[in-house]
Amino acid sequence: MQTGGPSGGCLTEKHLDTPIDYEHLLASGSMMGSGGMIVMDEDDCMVSMAKFYLEFTVEESCGKCAPCRIGNKRLHEMLDKITLGKADEGELTRLRNLANVIKDTSLCGLGQTSPNPVLSTMDNFPEEYGIHVHDGKCPAGQCKALMHYIIDSHLCVGCTLCSRVCPVDAISGDKKTPHIIDSSICIKCGACMDKCKFGAISVQ
Amino acid sequence: MDIVKLTIDDKTLVVEKGTTLLEAAKTIGINIPSLCYMKLEDLNFENKPGGCRVCVVEVEGRRNLAPACKTVCEEGMKVQTHTVRVVNARRTVMELILSDHPAECLTCAKSGECDLQTVAQKLGIREIHYQGEQSHYKGDKSPAIIRDMDKCIMCRRCETVCNEVQTVGVLSAINRGFEAVVAPAFEMDLDHSTCTYCGQCVAVCPTGALTERDYTWKVIEALVDPTKTVVVQTAPAVRAALGESFGMEPGTLVTGKMVTALRKLGFDYVFDTDFAADLTIMEEGAEILDRLSKHLSGDKEVKLPILTSCCPGWVSFLEHNFADMKDVPSTAKSPQQMFGAIAKSYLAKKLGVKREDMVVVSVMPCLAKKYECTREEFSVNGDPDVNMSISTRELAQLIRNANIDFKQLTDEEFDNPMGESTGASVIFGTTGGVIEAAVRTAYELYTKKELKKVDFEELRGMDGIRQATG
Ligand code: SF4
Ligand code: SF4
Ligand code: SF4
Ligand code: SF4
Ligand code: SF4
Ligand code: SF4
Ligand code: FES
Repeated sequence: MQTGGPSGGCLTEKHLDTPIDYEHLLASGSMMGSGGMIVMDEDDCMVSMAKFYLEFTVEESCGKCAPCRIGNKRLHEMLDKITLGKADEGELTRLRNLANVIKDTSLCGLGQTSPNPVLSTMDNFPEEYGIHVHDGKCPAGQCKALMHYIIDSHLCVGCTLCSRVCPVDAISGDKKTPHIIDSSICIKCGACMDKCKFGAISVQ
Repeated sequence: MDIVKLTIDDKTLVVEKGTTLLEAAKTIGINIPSLCYMKLEDLNFENKPGGCRVCVVEVEGRRNLAPACKTVCEEGMKVQTHTVRVVNARRTVMELILSDHPAECLTCAKSGECDLQTVAQKLGIREIHYQGEQSHYKGDKSPAIIRDMDKCIMCRRCETVCNEVQTVGVLSAINRGFEAVVAPAFEMDLDHSTCTYCGQCVAVCPTGALTERDYTWKVIEALVDPTKTVVVQTAPAVRAALGESFGMEPGTLVTGKMVTALRKLGFDYVFDTDFAADLTIMEEGAEILDRLSKHLSGDKEVKLPILTSCCPGWVSFLEHNFADMKDVPSTAKSPQQMFGAIAKSYLAKKLGVKREDMVVVSVMPCLAKKYECTREEFSVNGDPDVNMSISTRELAQLIRNANIDFKQLTDEEFDNPMGESTGASVIFGTTGGVIEAAVRTAYELYTKKELKKVDFEELRGMDGIRQATG
């Protein structure tokens, strides 16, 4: 559950009984903000969500002070790196430090709240960040760079349907033999998975 | 005097109300690092946008860190200037600033006297943990100033000086967020703006974002060219400023050593601009007299009062802002151009050198002179009267390049005939000095008598309108 717009934060099921008012939302790590509320489920990636909000603050920063002008840009770049599976082990420590410093040193309310989506998702969904960085996977299946379409050779009957819909010719295999996807070509459009009548294609 | 009592790093102190934490800490020997903050003591002028956030400190009871340069001391305040939280924040912010800055110190004109470099060293930055995209802006090379905004840290000092001190109003922050930068409107080049090339923005820029256009290489090229006769003129201010570059007391007069150094560098003739300053004064004096007598004989068209015209920065300020008053200043050329014109006509003829084989270099204390010598009206068939103007700093650079031990030099004299000058031009350097010298000349021209001692001090001062009566 996300409240308060781009400067707000994310709440989890343990906050379900929180009264929706200024003080309680602030105490739980989010805010009333614009009064907006977005409900998300396990198919929504929290890292991507934080990145989405940072895109907004990078746009909105006026540029007067260094932590907000450069810091938010860097936060966004780091989140981007995480969703692309290119982050290293130290990334999460750096991310948290940077978010805290931007909050602590920015000149106005925009910079003082812009790292909230990052901090609250890190606090409430640490495992999601961990899986992205350490296992190179996106649990919600939203970060395309971390997804792999795979054909289960036991389930594939070799009907060739998938290879005919693939827009980039990533699937090869002879008729009636199991097909394979070349993940270096695959653009992760999902068309093959929709077409397969035998449930042989899955995302990992 | 209202006072407040507070503690900084557990030391109790009492300061005048309105004092900032930065100043208060300084009184007890705590130097909080700062970057964007600037105080021009002489003008009592401050730049404190609170933009760099390098000066942050911890104030008890405050949610976030406070910028020391902008936060005013309050009764009972408890301030910590070097907690882990503070030091970490400062370093992180500094790393952010450096992450958006080209690592070009080795070849940067500002290296060694760059505030960004100094503060980064002071904070002990050895690694930049937050790397990413860097902002890039178009370069801008005017005859006097080079703007390399990739090196700009948005301290806004230049903007403050240009708008509020010089009142020219060329620079302002444009764009937003990561793309924000200080530039003339529409990111125009300085050349197309109303910039006067006063150079004050360059003087206050803490980084290599704004630097003077360097002509030292062009000077060397002329000096080594055997077909060229290279003539140099030095402005009065240079002899007083040059010594400082070689570790001498600021203000030490090094006229003789400077002349020797210039000869050693290979200049064929070394002259004093003072000579031409005398000519400017005579011209201006004659012009006052002319305008006055026309006025007295009933000519209502004649423009009075007369304004001096020897500062190219001032001339372009007038051209840009008071185009309808262009006929008010004197029509006399500035001493630099007066000298150039005479060198390339009278002197060239006397030496039997063709105009195009003579190169005139000027050493000047101000950047507007670099621009002035590129003005079209100061050239003949595309050949400028003054080929290039270098600053005191550039001259020091040339001397160092040539391995000349400046302090050990013996004294030599300026060349004649243009090395002569009267006393009048010695007062040139002071504000209002020109008009005093001009009035003196006018008096002497008119009465054919030498003016003994008249107190022209009011013409020289800075306070309000100047007058002299006799
Ligand atoms: S924190 Fe405020 S002042 Fe600083 S850059 Fe962001 S929007 Fe501008
Ligand atoms: S559509 Fe399914 S069953 Fe048919 S070839 Fe592709 S993976 Fe195999
Ligand atoms: S996901 Fe799209 S691109 Fe990838 S193999 Fe399937 S159809 Fe081809
Ligand atoms: S501006 Fe300063 S920090 Fe930047 S390259 Fe030049 S000397 Fe180095
Ligand atoms: S040189 Fe003077 S007028 Fe031109 S931008 Fe700089 S401060 Fe302004
Ligand atoms: S150009 Fe120089 S003085 Fe102007 S804002 Fe940039 S760093 Fe500061
Ligand atoms: S020096 Fe205080 S914010 Fe820059």
